[in-house]
Amino acid sequence: MADAARSPKAFSLKRQPGFSSLAIACFLMLYAPIVVLVLYSFNAGTSIAIWEGFSWRWYEAAWQNEQIKDAATRSLIVAACATTVATTVATLAGLATTRTGKFRGQTAVFAIINQPLMVPEIVTAVALLIFFAIIKVATGYTGLVYLIAAHAAFCIPFAYLPIRARLEGMDLTLEHAAADLYATPWKTFRRVTLPLLWPGILAGAMLAFVISLDDVVITEFVKTAGQDTLPTYMLGQLRRVVTPEINAISTVFLAISVVLVCIFFFLNRKG
Amino acid sequence: MTEPVNSRMHKAAVNRWLLLAPALVILCFAASGPLLIVLVYSFLQPGDYGGVVWNFSIEAWFNVLFQEDIFDETVTFADAHLSIFWRSVRLSFGTTVMAFVIGFPTAYFIATRPKQQRDMWLLLIIIPFWTNLLIRTFAIMEVIRNEGVINSALLAAGVIDSPIQILFTDFAIMLGMLYVYLPLMVLPIYASMERLDFSIVEAGYDLYASRFKVLRRIILPLVKPGVIAGSILVFVPSLGAYVTPRVLGGGKNLMVGNLIELQFGQGRNWPLGSALAVTLLVIVMVALLFYVRVATKEDIKHG
Repeated sequence: MADAARSPKAFSLKRQPGFSSLAIACFLMLYAPIVVLVLYSFNAGTSIAIWEGFSWRWYEAAWQNEQIKDAATRSLIVAACATTVATTVATLAGLATTRTGKFRGQTAVFAIINQPLMVPEIVTAVALLIFFAIIKVATGYTGLVYLIAAHAAFCIPFAYLPIRARLEGMDLTLEHAAADLYATPWKTFRRVTLPLLWPGILAGAMLAFVISLDDVVITEFVKTAGQDTLPTYMLGQLRRVVTPEINAISTVFLAISVVLVCIFFFLNRKG
Repeated sequence: MTEPVNSRMHKAAVNRWLLLAPALVILCFAASGPLLIVLVYSFLQPGDYGGVVWNFSIEAWFNVLFQEDIFDETVTFADAHLSIFWRSVRLSFGTTVMAFVIGFPTAYFIATRPKQQRDMWLLLIIIPFWTNLLIRTFAIMEVIRNEGVINSALLAAGVIDSPIQILFTDFAIMLGMLYVYLPLMVLPIYASMERLDFSIVEAGYDLYASRFKVLRRIILPLVKPGVIAGSILVFVPSLGAYVTPRVLGGGKNLMVGNLIELQFGQGRNWPLGSALAVTLLVIVMVALLFYVRVATKEDIKHG
């Protein structure tokens, strides 16, 4: 046996002792807490620690909770508006920044677009708190637009990246052919560029949607009183005695994110 | 096509800026612009009920590092702030090291799977990364709390008599940040590892290198850019973490993010909060610049 292990055939170049166990431990560590969380959302008891049998009661409770419904609706409205705005402007920005050589101000443009990825969220959050406080006093308006604007801003880089990647990989000859056949620039864009770009736009929109739906920190600082989204509502609840109701909301939330991410992943792989 | 080249280029430039305008306007309005206001606020005086008084003052900046005794006006270092900054750096560093210890073998594991399997393993890393940070923090909280899974299991097994207090400790914060940011370590290391040429590893073994020596002298230097990228990507958000220390640290164990929030809430010292925010931003930018420098140097070296 010992000889066989040392023979060239059995010697694995890629093996490193302990690495596989650590990797398995890593995957377990990533998923075990989530599994526990999902499991206890089906707990019949009121505790998030003692298992008392299977039940849907916490899903029903969450469904009937007006505050949760209100927060969920607001989350969806903000995410939908922010995604639409962010994806639209990111598509335009993508068209402007690809297929040309270096242009003046390029570094500054990229720095501004990627800024939400680099600046710590808490810093952006207090910056928006200050800025919007000034505007709120000046205009008296305290509606959802502040939240939507803030979300749209930090969603832009996430929408921009897949769109830009798609544009950079695109074959320009088709567009040239369309132009040669006397298509107007608008027609070329609508009939040639846009259909080719579509998977990138969809991927960008999905990332933006997930990012907006998940945001806690910036929302917590920008929202006016009574403007809870689902994550800020949950953050508030964590200060009190937690019931499996929170697990139930989390599970639904997780399911939505996982589905969107999986779609994104396979869309991207094919593209 | 008859128009002169100059005017055509001019037109293209105008078009480009028109297309960029909406994105730049939104970002300047709701991301970049407000940062400048924070800088301005850090040089003002605090209002009595939050907000600011428009008088120039460097008091806030003075207070970031020093404190003045109210009675005898002696100046000492602001221990409270410094210790929170120091704790943030320490915890973020600890998190980064743990993330490396777990993330490196994981990236290696994925990179050495057969090609068809790799995407599946990768997806398993990506999914947690895109799920809600608060939910994942809450999941960790459920596992480590006194009545949580770990303590219940240890109690049931008779290993311990009373629950170990993990929640609301520094370790809990590190564990939480590790859990939340681990994918950010694995993904860049995997990206460099994927291109690793195993014939070089083979050459190492042919020259009688041990497994550890191959790892240390061949694999690690080759994937260094990925390791640096991963470390920065874990370190930077850890430093600015707000939700994780708030939920898992339980109010006592603060980090910089919570200290900043405190100044805008109960502290009612917006200028100090602004100065602290700018300080955090500068530290993060220095870390990122360091990363960019290392990354471009590596690029040049590898052609």
